[in-house]
Amino acid sequence: MRKVAIIGTGMTKVDKHWKKSLKELFGQAGIEALNQTNSPAIDALIVGNMCASDLSDQNNIGALLADHLGFVPNTAYRVEAACGSGGAAFLAAYSAVASGMYDVVMTGGVEKLTDGVGGNTTLSLGKAADAEYELFYGSSFVSINAMIMRYYMKHYGVPREAFADFSVLMHRNGSRNALAQLPFEITRETVLDSDMISDPITLFDCAPVGDGAAALILCPLEDAKKYSDDFIEVAGIAGATDTVDIASRESLLTFKSTVTAADRAYKMARISTADVDIAEIHDTFTITGVLSLEDLGFCERGKFHKMMMNGAFEPGGIVAVNPSGGLKSRGHPVGATGAYQIAELFLQLTGRAGKMQVPDASVGVAQNIGGSGSSTYVTVLRRV
Amino acid sequence: MSVPRYWREIPRRSRLETVKCSECGTISYPPRARCGKCGSSKFENYKLPEKGELMTFTVVRTPPKGFEKMPPYIIGVVKLEDGTLITSQITDVAPEEVNVNMKVEAVFRKVVEDGDSGIIQYAIKFRPVIK
Ligand SMILES: [Zn+2]
Repeated sequence: MRKVAIIGTGMTKVDKHWKKSLKELFGQAGIEALNQTNSPAIDALIVGNMCASDLSDQNNIGALLADHLGFVPNTAYRVEAACGSGGAAFLAAYSAVASGMYDVVMTGGVEKLTDGVGGNTTLSLGKAADAEYELFYGSSFVSINAMIMRYYMKHYGVPREAFADFSVLMHRNGSRNALAQLPFEITRETVLDSDMISDPITLFDCAPVGDGAAALILCPLEDAKKYSDDFIEVAGIAGATDTVDIASRESLLTFKSTVTAADRAYKMARISTADVDIAEIHDTFTITGVLSLEDLGFCERGKFHKMMMNGAFEPGGIVAVNPSGGLKSRGHPVGATGAYQIAELFLQLTGRAGKMQVPDASVGVAQNIGGSGSSTYVTVLRRV
Repeated sequence: MSVPRYWREIPRRSRLETVKCSECGTISYPPRARCGKCGSSKFENYKLPEKGELMTFTVVRTPPKGFEKMPPYIIGVVKLEDGTLITSQITDVAPEEVNVNMKVEAVFRKVVEDGDSGIIQYAIKFRPVIK
């Protein structure tokens, strides 16, 4: 297999983009990524998206976006793995370049959640769960994670306030991100006093609903210099699965798909957690963020709160977690989130992350989850 | 929901009938084509126990489409007497009375109606065991 590099990225602000369509959003991110390079011919476009068929009445997104960006007649298709669609598309694009099938591939993700009307958006997002054995009973995506959170709190004796503090940290980070959907600081009370969605999850435990697109251009590492002065190696990458319904699992206290994918991606990159400077983790809900910290190996189980309050997850600590603000503050345009995480790491590792910059960062890890841990994509980037 | 789609899950959702791996004995709910533990594709029919205890739960305040009239309602994961976990609604108990580790038993109830001319969907829910 060939080594693979990222040579350019583009991201829109995550927002309620009422005036922009799905293809306009991805078009903007795609052009920005091309402009970071000397605009090589794109052999294939592989894009992540979850909800377009439900909310925008649009399937066949690969060809639609290839046409919009002038890539016709080359290969283009969409990858869907719920909220993990962006990470899954990136893995497909990586595989395509590494194998030698294509030389220059654009990947990324796009989501247009505000095209949904009424309860359609909640329903569409809920489809990440098992339709026959979870949604049937009136479960939503939130309620499934709320059950996991309650179980976690009881099992480890962790108070509800500890999760609020995770949200506070994400918002502090995101307040430095010009592309964040919610770029403002909050307090513990903001979380505790916000609307109850599904006990014990309140509104400020949840990532917001927003639109966005992120694009990345990949090529063989040995060719990267031809296209851009700034490039980063994709040093390790893996995807893993677990059961879709949470009741079929052995434990509700871990997402085994993250453990497996991280283990494989770290081995491939020949790193340990101690080598990681930055992690962009998948905090759809505060509980998801906490489980991710543990499953990625950055945190002893049940002990996140004290470590977090001691600065373990900030620059200079164990690992800088979500300098972008994460899903909580940067936003969570579901099928694009995995692409945002990798694009943000690319900016960090090339020293262009502005106010978010983590000093001397050389290894970054992105972790993108589909569903409530039913699939996870872990990507390790390394400065070369 | 289409009638065939509702109808084909009746043995599982309404009678707690599922399968057990003939090779290693792993109980699978819902049924699968291949055992996740040993890889066997030989299964025998298995009836889940109707009693268990509530492992965790949530009270849904913001419901998905179709359940608008029902909040607050309780969704829980029940650990049945044989150790099998099952997601369902918890019924016959007020949200403020429900407790983790509560003993519960299966009861056949209406889940939701598809609107004026749609099907009425029934399934097993769990209620506190009356002492
Ligand atoms: Zn077996």
